[in-house]
Amino acid sequence: MGGMGVVFARNVVYSALFLILALLAVAGIFLLLSAEFLALVQVLIYGGAVTILVMFALMLTRVRDLPMALDSPQKPFALLAALAVLSVFILAAVGTDWPGQTEKVNAIPLHDFGDALFRTWALPFEVASLVLMVALVGAIVLAREEDGE
Amino acid sequence: MIPMQHFLVLSGILFSLGVYGVLARRSAVLILMSVELMLQAVSINFIAFAVYLAPEAFVGLIFAVFVIVVAAAEVGLMLAIILRIFRNRATANVDEVDLMRW
Repeated sequence: MGGMGVVFARNVVYSALFLILALLAVAGIFLLLSAEFLALVQVLIYGGAVTILVMFALMLTRVRDLPMALDSPQKPFALLAALAVLSVFILAAVGTDWPGQTEKVNAIPLHDFGDALFRTWALPFEVASLVLMVALVGAIVLAREEDGE
Repeated sequence: MIPMQHFLVLSGILFSLGVYGVLARRSAVLILMSVELMLQAVSINFIAFAVYLAPEAFVGLIFAVFVIVVAAAEVGLMLAIILRIFRNRATANVDEVDLMRW
């Protein structure tokens, strides 16, 4: 599991590379779930754009003294909380009596998916694109050098 | 075929790894990466429920698309904020950013 590397790696660059591995693995999981479109989007957006952004941030916020502690002193508590969350999730997943069948993947045709996305869910789709635009413009404004400072 | 519970357990593992990362890491960029892991776990859950339990409505698939969109926006914004903090404070560690502590 690549996710393990993200949180346990000592070097931040290794951590970012493990993140790419984990995201591609999740794309594979999407393929297993017969969601081909989402796997494609996952590889394009996460594997491409997001990881490049994260790498840029790592390079720009380069901390010179690398042997400093990457983990905060609340590590044992974090481990405890993560294990608690994990046990609750596994108990919920295994113990619940799910309505409907849980044995077979029902492949959803891409045509139906696009139809639903652009007809039934057209308004949320437009709102999502607006959110994306506003967020990115805000990011540019925030990150820009200002003369008056 | 693979039963649905396997996907749920997998996403649970991924989510708790994200929880551990958010709580245990110091660098804001690493915390951001852990948040990405948690979002991925949620997406896996959404898609699993959509294709197993409600294949005629598949709202989960639509929701996963929106999760990806919002996550992309969030990453861009967070990185801008981290750059800003780094420029002002010369650190990217969240426990050294104590502007609002009195």
